[in-house]
Formats: sequence, C-alpha cells, structure tokens
Amino acid sequence: MEDAVIHIDIQKKFLSAEGAMTLDVKADLQSGTLTTLFGPSGAGKTTLLRILAGLTKPDAGKIQFGDIVWFDSEQKIDVLPQQRHIGLMFQDYALFPNMTVEQNIQFAQNKTDRSYTHQLLKIFELTEFAKRKPAHLSGGQKQRVALARAIARRPQLLLLDEPLSALDSTMRSMLQGEIAKVHSMFNATTIMVSHDLHEVFRLAHHVVCLEHGKVKAAGEPQEVFSDTSISGKFQVTGQIAAIEKQDVVNIVTVVTGNNSIVKVIAFDDDLEQLSVGDRVLVFSKAFNPIIKKI
Amino acid sequence: MNAEFLETLFLTFQLAFFTTLILLVVGLPIAWFLAYSRFKLKPVLEALLSMPLVLPPTVLGYYILLAYSPRYWFGEWLGRVLNVRLAFTFEGILIASVLFGLPFMIQPLQSGLRSLPESLREASHTLGKSEIVTFFKVLLPNIKPSLITAMALTFAHTIGEFGMVLMVGGNMPGVTRVASVAIYDEVQSLNFSTANQYAFILFALSFVLLTIIYSINKKQDSWKML
Repeated sequence: MEDAVIHIDIQKKFLSAEGAMTLDVKADLQSGTLTTLFGPSGAGKTTLLRILAGLTKPDAGKIQFGDIVWFDSEQKIDVLPQQRHIGLMFQDYALFPNMTVEQNIQFAQNKTDRSYTHQLLKIFELTEFAKRKPAHLSGGQKQRVALARAIARRPQLLLLDEPLSALDSTMRSMLQGEIAKVHSMFNATTIMVSHDLHEVFRLAHHVVCLEHGKVKAAGEPQEVFSDTSISGKFQVTGQIAAIEKQDVVNIVTVVTGNNSIVKVIAFDDDLEQLSVGDRVLVFSKAFNPIIKKI
Repeated sequence: MNAEFLETLFLTFQLAFFTTLILLVVGLPIAWFLAYSRFKLKPVLEALLSMPLVLPPTVLGYYILLAYSPRYWFGEWLGRVLNVRLAFTFEGILIASVLFGLPFMIQPLQSGLRSLPESLREASHTLGKSEIVTFFKVLLPNIKPSLITAMALTFAHTIGEFGMVLMVGGNMPGVTRVASVAIYDEVQSLNFSTANQYAFILFALSFVLLTIIYSINKKQDSWKML
C-alpha cells in the first residue's frame, strides 16, 4: 500500500451557506503525504471529507484507494465507512460522553491492545486524564483525545475536519505540532480540512484549493499560494481585524497566523475589494525588511 | 386489606411490569428506526403510533375488542389456528396495553436519540463498528434519562389506564380487574373506603414515579452544563 494513490473523481450536489452547488473534484493524492483541503466556508471541503469517509454518497464518480475501489457509481460499489479502515476526526470531536478517555481510544480498536492504548495516551500527554470523561476535559485535551482515537485503529487514511478551528491561537500552534508529529510517527496518509493559511504552510505537503465546489488550484503550498505576479521580499498571511479611515488613507489592521499585528496603509481603491474578516496576503516588494535578534 | 384487594393490586403491577418489558424490547428498534430512517411514509407510521395519545381509550379498546371477537377474521383465526381467546383475558389486556403504551415508550426514546449529535453515530461507524454495536455501546448509554423516562411513563400510564382495560378485559377479579377499574366498581357499590385505598396507592405511586423522572432529568441537565 506504500505507493498507493488515492484517486478521486466525484460529483455531488450539495447545499452550502451560499446555496445549492455541485462539488466536482478530480484529484490524485500520494500515499504517506499530508494534504490540506483549503478554501472558504461552504466550498465543499467537509462534504468531500465525508464522501471519502463513506458518510455521504456522491451522485456520480469513482473513488479508489490503492487497488481497492471505495465508490463507483457505474458499478454500484459503495464501501461502508466501517470497511474503509479510516480514521476521521470530527470538527466537534464526537467523543463518546459515556466513555472515559481510555475507553474512547479502546473503542476504536478491533482487539483491545492495552500497550498501544498506553502508548497513545503517553504520546498525547493524556495519561493523567485516562479515567476522565470528555465533559471534564478542556478543548485542547478533547482535541488530543479525538486525534488519538482517530489513529487508534491504525487507519490507512486519516481524515481531519478542521481539527483546530475551535481552539485559541496558542493552543492551535501547539497542536499543529502534534499533528505534524503524529503524521511523521505513523506515516498515515492524511487529509486535513483547513481555512488557515498558516496551518497549510506549516503542515501540508500538498494542498487542494476548493472554491464553489471546484478545484481551483492544487500542488505544493508554495507553488499554489505564491502568486507569480507577487514576487515579494517578504509575505505574511493574515486576516483583516479592522479598517480605520484616516484623512487621506486607511489603516488596515491585519492579524497574522502567529497572532502578530500588522498595520498596512491602503487607499480607497484598494478597499473596494477588502473588508473586515477577509484573509489577505501582506507583502513588500520595494523595501528590504530589517531583521534583528529578539 | 383483604385478599381481593391485594390480588387486584398485584395484577395491576403485573400488567404494568410486563407491558413495560415488552414495550422496551419492541420500542427500542422502532425508536431507532424512526430516529434515523428516511423512509417516505414515516410520518404516517409516526401518526399511527401516536394515535393512543389523542384517541379516547374506549375507541382503541372498542377496535381491539372487535379484533379479538371470533366473529371477525383475526379473532376467528386466533381461535381456529392457535386455539387462543383474547377477549376478557389477562393476555388480551396485556396486548392491548402494549399497543396503547407504544407512544409513551417510543416518543421519549426517539427524541432522546434525535437529540444526540449525528457525529456520535458516524464516529462509531468510521471506527468500524456496526449499527448494533453503535446502538448498544454508544447511543443507548447516552440516552439513559430518556430510557428511564420512557419506562417510567409507560409503567405509570399502564397503571392508570381505565377505559381500554374495561372495554377489552371487563372487570373479572384476579383475571382482568385492575386498580383503576376496581375504584370505579367500588364507588358504584358505595364502598368508599376501599376505593379510597386504591386511589391513594395509585396517587402516591404516580407521584413517586414522576418525581423520579424529574429528578433524573434535572441531574442530566446539570451534567450537560459541565
């Protein structure tokens, strides 16, 4: 299965916040890589992940994992989620409230493997919470349990649905490290939904950009996001937090991926395309940025 | 307290106990089906199962009595093929109580299942677990308050049932005479002190059962807030 390629070619009508649209995705993903599905809300990222997990049925198309066909509308093949041998981490974590942390992890195993459970508890620093129920855990702890549970059955494909969206930025940065660690330790082919550029650059080998249900771009993150028209000396991605109107210009406050604040001057013309909450790229061409040890 | 009084109370509890037990076995799969299936005629089935909530018990009792009657095909078939007579027997009122108690068991279970996030069920499926394992290990333990509510409501409601039992079972001591019917009978014969004893026991029992339901639900609410 080492050289397996995940072949996706599916169509599915779905309802998003922006109305009805068709998800139409063709992609081939290499085994052992970490791929992010990137795009705005309602682009179809979660739907695609659910289709891969077998929880949502595509209208037409084919999904093949290595030699195994998971879905083929023509041959009427639709392998149940139970038989796809995947690990899916839900956005709301979906931890079982009636089970302790340890039981949640053990539930995922076909045969109870205590030493592996203890190893997972140790890796995710959950040993001291092993006997607690999910209701008594913090957001970050729940996230780690969900991740541990998703890999507890040694899946051939790990699917993560915006695993870090509910966390604050410090926690997020810490857990990005955790995901990277899991990926390198277990070498499971991973597909992660994200709309955080910083996350994409930090974790992904490969990125698939979805917009309105279609693949807009795919490739290595640098390749995809380094717009050829922008050859900046430095580039920072972030989100607009505020736009203040001054006498002649506007001050746009951008919060970057690692939570720094950058203030940028923008003219009225620039503002036509910008509004608070937009994800933006801040770059400089003309001036050399100054570097100094802190 | 005389033997007849105790016999009637025992019969009442026996009826409520077996009704609850049978409905638990029958109600769980139906509630699961109603909570998750996308079957087109589901609203019709739901309406049919909820009929006992709105119909006068005598209406349902009347239909059941007709069905048991050897003059009609079902009763005739029962008598001819199985040699069973259901009208005015304990088994007859037990079956009628099960039919009549369906919504009291199914509705709390169904709404309990629906209130669980869909992702719990899906997570269990992606972890390789079948529908049955998912139901018993994941879904059922997380709707315990609904389960207790459903059982207590069914039990209490069966104890309180009057019109339907009277229609189907009549008032035969030791066979079909339950406490609620006995109260009516005792009042008719101006035997107020016995009626009073029955009434007090039914009142106290229903009060205790409902208090248990509400305290369990309150505990669950505070647990959810954690």
